[in-house]
Amino acid sequence: MREEHNQEAQESGQLPKKSRREMSRRQFLSYTLGGTGAFMVGVPLIFNLRFAVDPLLQKKQGTDYVKVAKVEEISEVPQAFKFTVHQVDGWYESEPTMEAWISSDQEGNIFALSPVCKHLGCTVNWNGSGDYPEQYFCPCHGAHYTKDGEALAIAPAPLDQYEVKVENGWVYLGAIHANERV
Amino acid sequence: MLKSVYNWIDERLDITPMWRDVADHEVPEHVNPAHHFSAFVYCFGGLTFFITVIQILSGMFLTMYFVPDIINAYKSVDYLQHKVAFGVIVRGMHHWGASLVIVMMFLHTLRVFFTGSYKAPREMNWIVGMLIFFVMLGLGFTGYLLPWDNKAYYATKVGIQIAASVPYAGEYIAIFLQGGDIVGAQTLTRFFALHVFFLPGALLALLGAHFFMIRKQGISGPL
Ligand code: HEM
Ligand code: FES
Repeated sequence: MREEHNQEAQESGQLPKKSRREMSRRQFLSYTLGGTGAFMVGVPLIFNLRFAVDPLLQKKQGTDYVKVAKVEEISEVPQAFKFTVHQVDGWYESEPTMEAWISSDQEGNIFALSPVCKHLGCTVNWNGSGDYPEQYFCPCHGAHYTKDGEALAIAPAPLDQYEVKVENGWVYLGAIHANERV
Repeated sequence: MLKSVYNWIDERLDITPMWRDVADHEVPEHVNPAHHFSAFVYCFGGLTFFITVIQILSGMFLTMYFVPDIINAYKSVDYLQHKVAFGVIVRGMHHWGASLVIVMMFLHTLRVFFTGSYKAPREMNWIVGMLIFFVMLGLGFTGYLLPWDNKAYYATKVGIQIAASVPYAGEYIAIFLQGGDIVGAQTLTRFFALHVFFLPGALLALLGAHFFMIRKQGISGPL
């Protein structure tokens, strides 16, 4: 601080003006030490930060289609089908069981809904409550949904949908995405 | 014996002024419950710190048995609680302390609020206090997943869904916290690292700043 005041005094006072702006010893030291310090912390941090955010930058692996049911089995009344998918979670690979409510609409289009309630993630059932016939019902806080998955109460969004593919008389299910029917 | 050890060190390092400086300070009458019983509200900060110390100690000991792995986490917690001597107590301290520390912190904040102690020149300490509050919530959130039971798993799922509802950045926050697309093996290791290294480190630094400012500025005056 004091040095800076002196410099000001030099500029305004009778002392001969310096031709070039000189860096004070203190400024020089704080720039070099600060720079070295920043380098010593920053360079290691670059690698560590990239390491930490790796999941954000990894390519999404596409979901494979899984054979779930015969086309003949599907009716206009939703039925639950269980199937397993291959799941890779870092170094841990597993075959978790999934569930889908599959039905067809009046035009015969087959669609599959995820049973995961869009309120807080419990599991819904078709005709799960006598109070809401012909609807999906969630026992946890009473959300209910139409056959297309449209939320009628509690839940803020319609039930998610599975990607559906029909091939050689079989229904295949793929990735889960937001409902496109309502 | 102890005295001579102390003297031996003190002769060489002159440590007496150091601890004197830390320990010697006046406790004003208006914060002393022996003078006015209602001054017990000034104890909440100290109690929060006391429980924080318990959390750090019991947490360090829990890591002697705990394994942050989805196959073994639950089993290791089950083992340390039921098979290890005093496991119920050590885990119990950490489990109940985690809630109690939030309660104490809240009461301490209420005291600071109603005594107006956040006003100039102590604004920065209010801000540091708020940062401590968020770090504590982070410790509670990340610790809760560790036993890897259903309650832990679904609490984390819901918590991450809440984080994911942040406009624009939400999805990235969720993937960062999960370490992938699902709450799974990589979420558990991440939460463990945050819970036992990153957040306690941040907490200690903030507590240091908090206490430094208290010593520098003193306790706020009576109402
Ligand atoms: C103020 C700080 C802390 C808070 C609020 C906190 C909170 C929690 C909570 C809520 C749990 C779940 C407890 C349960 O399910 O019964 C937990 C578990 C755990 N914490 Fe902490 N924690 C803190 C500090 C620490 C520290 C510093 C360490 C280690 C160095 C640690 C290590 C652990 C371990 C290993 C577990 C898993 C064992 C278990 O679930 O019982 N914690 N913590
Ligand atoms: S989780 Fe389904 S209603 Fe709350």
